[in-house]
Amino acid sequence: MNAVAERKSEWVSVCTKGQLIPERGVAVLVRDQQVALFRVTGTDVETGLPADFVYAVGHRDPFADANVIARGIVGSVGRDGQQRDTVASPMYKHVFDLATGECYTDPSARLPVYRTWIAGGVVYVHPVPVSTALVP
Amino acid sequence: MIGGGMVAHRLVEALRDRDPEGRWSVDLYCEEPHPPYDRVALTSYFSGRSPADLVMGEVDLAADPLVSVHLGTAVTGIDTAARTIEVAGEEVGYDALVLATGSSAFVPPVTGSDLPGAFVYRTIEDVQTLEAWVEKVAAAGATVRGVVVGGGLLGLEAAGALHGLGVQTKVVEFADRLMPLQVDEGGGAALRRIVEGMGVEVLTATASAALHAGDSGAVAAMEFGDGTVVDTDVVVFATGVRPRDELARSSGLVIGERGGVVVDDSCVTVADDVYAIGEVACIQGRTWGLVGPGYTMAEVVVDRLLGGEATFPGADMSTKLKLLGVDVASFGDAFAEAPGSLEVVYADPVAGVYKKLVMSDDAKTLLGGVLVGDASAYASLRPMLGAELGSDPNAWLLPEGTGAPVTGDLPDAANVCSCNNVTAGTIRSSVCEGGCTDLAGVKACTKAGTSCGSCLPLVKKLMTAELEKSGITVSNALCEHFEFSRAQLFDIISVTGMRTFSEIISSHGTGRGCDICRPVVASILSSLGTGHVMDADLARLQDTNDHVMANLQKDGTYSVVPRVPAGEITPEGLIAIGQVAQDFGLYTKITGGQRIDLFGARIEQLPPIWKRLVEAGFESGHAYGKSLRTVKSCVGSTWCRYGVQDSVGLAVELELRYRGLRSPHKIKLGVSGCARECAEARGKDVGVIATDNGWNLYVGGNGGFTPRHAQLFAEDLDTPALVRTIDRFLMYYVRTADRLQRTAPWVEAHEGGMDAIREVVMEDSLGICASLDAAMDAHVDSYRDEWAATLADPDKLSQFVSFINAPEAGDPDLAYVEERGQRRPATAAEKVGTVGSTLIAGAKLEVRA
Repeated sequence: MNAVAERKSEWVSVCTKGQLIPERGVAVLVRDQQVALFRVTGTDVETGLPADFVYAVGHRDPFADANVIARGIVGSVGRDGQQRDTVASPMYKHVFDLATGECYTDPSARLPVYRTWIAGGVVYVHPVPVSTALVP
Repeated sequence: MIGGGMVAHRLVEALRDRDPEGRWSVDLYCEEPHPPYDRVALTSYFSGRSPADLVMGEVDLAADPLVSVHLGTAVTGIDTAARTIEVAGEEVGYDALVLATGSSAFVPPVTGSDLPGAFVYRTIEDVQTLEAWVEKVAAAGATVRGVVVGGGLLGLEAAGALHGLGVQTKVVEFADRLMPLQVDEGGGAALRRIVEGMGVEVLTATASAALHAGDSGAVAAMEFGDGTVVDTDVVVFATGVRPRDELARSSGLVIGERGGVVVDDSCVTVADDVYAIGEVACIQGRTWGLVGPGYTMAEVVVDRLLGGEATFPGADMSTKLKLLGVDVASFGDAFAEAPGSLEVVYADPVAGVYKKLVMSDDAKTLLGGVLVGDASAYASLRPMLGAELGSDPNAWLLPEGTGAPVTGDLPDAANVCSCNNVTAGTIRSSVCEGGCTDLAGVKACTKAGTSCGSCLPLVKKLMTAELEKSGITVSNALCEHFEFSRAQLFDIISVTGMRTFSEIISSHGTGRGCDICRPVVASILSSLGTGHVMDADLARLQDTNDHVMANLQKDGTYSVVPRVPAGEITPEGLIAIGQVAQDFGLYTKITGGQRIDLFGARIEQLPPIWKRLVEAGFESGHAYGKSLRTVKSCVGSTWCRYGVQDSVGLAVELELRYRGLRSPHKIKLGVSGCARECAEARGKDVGVIATDNGWNLYVGGNGGFTPRHAQLFAEDLDTPALVRTIDRFLMYYVRTADRLQRTAPWVEAHEGGMDAIREVVMEDSLGICASLDAAMDAHVDSYRDEWAATLADPDKLSQFVSFINAPEAGDPDLAYVEERGQRRPATAAEKVGTVGSTLIAGAKLEVRA
């Protein structure tokens, strides 16, 4: 098996894009990890072009020790002149940045962030969380 | 001016202040070798204040050319006919003479009271010699033992002073309780517990018989009325004071029965231009041992000297002090002596708090009170003597935070957020010093409201008050995405007819919204009667509870509450619910709203559970929504011997009418079939109580964090009129209240309060009743059971999965243990197996590997 095929095989297909209601999360199992997916539509803040993107973060709320993040409310928080996409956990309303996993209401914990890849209408999630060191 | 105490000082100060032309010059004769000092603060001498620190007044009277202060100079005679006084053998003339000789400590006729080691507690010299004595005894090495005779105000002051010097102290009081003049039996008992808790022994109902000298000739023991003897090194008499009226007596002035120079309401004695004020004056038949009335008398005399007509308005015993670190306050008719007066008492022996209010016979007007242990309410209550309290007197007595009616006035020490132990003072300083300007800032800075969140309305109120104080305009913006309040947003949406969140936020807001504004818009759209909670545009706005129509619990599962209108349920209904709970392994509990809560349902179990419940005739109970919850009822005239109306029938009618109505916060109703009020309707947003003639309507009650009693809104309504009134009240509330504002604070915040709302609802003062009626009729007509509708829609059902890529799987992290015959979520320790309980699985739950 060559290196490229091996890397490709790590991506896990979890659902079709059509199964995702914009701005309403769902949970998926990615090799025993519970991951919350959020499809966000709108305008890309950098390019100004229409955007349709899927975020993937950990489904477990670190403050509640319960798997509920996918059932949170999607929103945005103004930071440094930008609107950052967020989710508010339904348990104690902690607000997390969907792109970085950072918690805006209590910086002592954060969510793991996963990479997503959409091809042919299928959503793939990479099972290895993005190292927090790489998150901007 | 004869006498150099606090009252004399006040008189001279006031006279000089009000007589700038200098019509009067004053000679002040002081027997003590000090200028006037703050005798009330005498005990603070022991906490390191020197006599100089106690000197009264910022203005140096001695420096005033029109004031001559003669220290250490006693006046020995008065000739009222010749208008002269005798000082150091010389005659000095006067135009007016003021006696302010005060009083002296009274020592009871006890054998040995003149022994060395026996003291009184009145002057700086008394305190200095007492201190020196204690130091001398202590220098000999042993623990110093002391007895204070008298458990009144002064006695406790003295006991505090001795205790502070390290003396093992006993307080002996002849009456059956401490501070018998200020506090009642309950207050005395509370005070005793606190004082004893500090290590000061208290003996009440005990008479002092004699002091016995030891070998040295000084006090060594004390004997009580019952013959018991205790060893002691020092005795302090604090048994009250007697007016220093000897000079007045010898000068032929009239003396009261129990001492004191008799004066009329203008403080004039029987002799022309001779006044008496302060503790030496016997005014309106009594003497006053408090500084407050003395000050009043001083002001009266100043006014008279300057040609005015002032009279003494009377005084009361109101005092607030800190004795031995304990707050004690007594005011007005503290002993409920007024005929028909009522006492409202709150006592918490564990916390060492006793509070009593004396109310008029209709329980409305405040007559007096006693506060021991926590006198924080004194400042608010004292000015309200003789006035109507305007709310349930209990609210003034309960510990702060549970019912304080005036939140803006909460003392800094009041605990606002009990989860994180944050006080009102901390919240205030986060605003005024920390620079926080919004709720999010205050939460982040203080942690207040970050746990259960029930204190947030109070936190917001405190923050707003503080911001307004510092002149900052308080934004009523909902959140960072909308600059409008909920009520403004309601108007915008209803006027523009916009029906999607995207339209609304792009035209009137910024960004994508958040967990605050999205549910608000969802609720407004629902109130305006648009669509099912799970319809695409609404779905993404809903909190998970509204979205899946169940209540999220701590482990991520949900609870299910079918509607049981008025709490009336058939045996078949009970069996059906029980069967569902058994089949799905749900924990069951009866709720406070007379229905049954089923806990532990995983998200994918909700549709099969509801399929069974709907088949059995149940519908959604909206326990998850900011909407009507329940209409609680008593059994009423149908069965009850005392019921006068069919409360269950009305409650069923009301619950079916308002079910599903989305509102700014949850709404609860109650209907009682008679005045016994078994349905606790006055604890509800809308409470109905049957009368012989119809129904009385109460509004604005709630339980929870800030309990309120509902207030009477209308009397003796027939059923159609009652229903119309409730329709309008609720719809007006739905349209105009703030986010998460229940009816009580809404009524309070509404301009003109309850009366104005009554005019809107009953007299149509805004001309909106037709519109309110139409809106409610539309709600009633368009109601559909959300769960029945969901079960009929495969698209909606497909959203009820734990994992979209494994629809059959439940959350594998869920774990339960059995307790009292039912299952409950396992704790973190139980999950990892460090605690003994055995994990179990529910009836249809996979066993944890």
